[in-house]
Amino acid sequence: MIQVVLPKNLQILAGVGRTVELQVSGPVTQRSVLDALEESYPALIGTMRDRNTKQRRPMIRFFACEEDLSHESLDAELPPEVASGKEPFLIIGAIAGG
Amino acid sequence: MSGVRLLVGTRKGAFVITSDGGRKTWKVEGPHFAGWEIYHVKGSPANPKRLYASQSSGWFGQVLQRSNDGGSTWEAAGNDFRYEGTPGTHTWYDGSPHPWEFKRVWHIEPSLTDPDMIYAGVEDAALFASKDAGTTWAEMPGLRTHETAPGWAPGAGGLCLHTIVIDPKNPDRMFIAISSAGVFRSDDAGKSWRPANRGLRSNTMPDEDAEVGHCVHRIAMHPSRPNTLFMQKHWDVMRTDDGAESWREISGNLPTDFGFVIDVNSNEPDTVYVIPITSDSHHFVSEGKLRVYRSKTGGDDWEALTNGLPQKDCYVNVLRDAMTVDQLDPCGVYFGTSGGQVYASANGGDSWDTIVRDLPPVLSVEVQTLK
Repeated sequence: MIQVVLPKNLQILAGVGRTVELQVSGPVTQRSVLDALEESYPALIGTMRDRNTKQRRPMIRFFACEEDLSHESLDAELPPEVASGKEPFLIIGAIAGG
Repeated sequence: MSGVRLLVGTRKGAFVITSDGGRKTWKVEGPHFAGWEIYHVKGSPANPKRLYASQSSGWFGQVLQRSNDGGSTWEAAGNDFRYEGTPGTHTWYDGSPHPWEFKRVWHIEPSLTDPDMIYAGVEDAALFASKDAGTTWAEMPGLRTHETAPGWAPGAGGLCLHTIVIDPKNPDRMFIAISSAGVFRSDDAGKSWRPANRGLRSNTMPDEDAEVGHCVHRIAMHPSRPNTLFMQKHWDVMRTDDGAESWREISGNLPTDFGFVIDVNSNEPDTVYVIPITSDSHHFVSEGKLRVYRSKTGGDDWEALTNGLPQKDCYVNVLRDAMTVDQLDPCGVYFGTSGGQVYASANGGDSWDTIVRDLPPVLSVEVQTLK
C-alpha cells in the first residue's frame, strides 16, 4: 500500500488523519497516486492539482525520500521506497508568509 | 418560537451562531473548515436547513460546501468553475491585458424559491449557476462576454463579482456588482446584461462618469421596493429609484462617504445603514470610534449609532458582505469586523451587543430568520 501524508487542511477536507493508505495499480507515479487519492476522496479534487490540466497547484509541493519531486514529470516513477510503502509520499502546502 | 441563525465567514473558518427571537443570548459553534478562508456562507430562503459555504485557500483552491441540516454537518459539493469558451483577457492594474483566471467564489446567492438553485459570483468576475445544489456549475457567460468586459480592471481585492441581488417580484431581473466595473442589470434571468451606472462619478477614472469602471462595493434592496437600490461605492453612498436606470448621491452628512457595507431595515424600506471607513490607505473607522450610521429618510440625513460600540482606540474595518439584517420586528442588525468581533442590535441599531469578540477577521455575516 502506498502511504500518502496530507497537509492539515486537506485532512480536514477529506475527513481523514495525517496518513492515508492507497492501492495503486500499475506504475507508481505522481499521476497514479493522485488519481487514486482523488478517487478515494473526491472532496480533494481540484485542491492539489488543476482538475482539468492535472498541473500541480502553484503552492503545493510533493516530497519523498528527502527529495523535492514537485518538478518531476507527472508520469515519472516515484522512488521504490514509496512504491513499496516503506516511505510516504508527502503532499505539502508550500511555506509562505511569516 | 422565532429565532435567528448567523452564518459568519472568517479568514480561518466558519461559525454558526444562534439565538432565540430575543437575540440576547447566543450559542457559537465552530470553527467549521478551520484554517480555510470562508468568503461567504448563505442559507436558502426556500429551505433554511440548506446552507452553502465558499471555502477557499491560496494553497488549495476553491471548495464549495453544502449543509442539509442548518450547518451541523457539511459535505463538499462541486468546485469545477470553468469559464465558458476561451476566456480572453481583462485589464490589469497597469492597463495591460491580463488573462481571465478563476480564483475564488466571493458571494453565494441561493434562489428565492428553489433550494437546489444557486448563483455564485466569482473572481475573476463572472457569474456561475448551479441547478443541482452546487454539484455542477455552469457559467452564465452573457456577463463576462459583455462588450465592455475586456476593459474591466480589478480593485484592491481583485476583479470580483461580490453582489448578486434578485428582484423578488420578478426573478428574471437581477443586479450584480463588480469591483471595479460597476453595476450590471439583467432582465432575462442572467442571459444578457447591461451596465447600470448612470449617475456614478469616480475620480479614479479618466472619464469620471464612464459607463463602466466604477468600484461599487455593495448594493442592497428592500424586497418590497425592487426599483429602489442603495449603493456603497468606493467613495459615495448612492440611491436609485428606477431600477438602476439612474443613481443619485445620498452621502449627506456622513463623516466620510467611503465604506463597504450597506443594508436596509427589513421593516422600514427607507431606513438604511452604513459604516463609514477612513480611506484610501487607512481602511479603518475614523477617530478610533466604531459607528454605524443610520438614515431613516432614505439617505442624505444620517445619525451615528454608538450605544454599545467601542468609542475609543478602535481601528477595525467592516468588509462588504459583513453586515446583514434579520426579518424580525424590531429589525435585528448584525455586522462583523476585521478584528473578529460580531455585533448585534435587536432594536434596529439603537443599541448594540457584542456576540463574540475574538474570532478570526470576519469576511461575511448573513442571518437566517427561523420561524
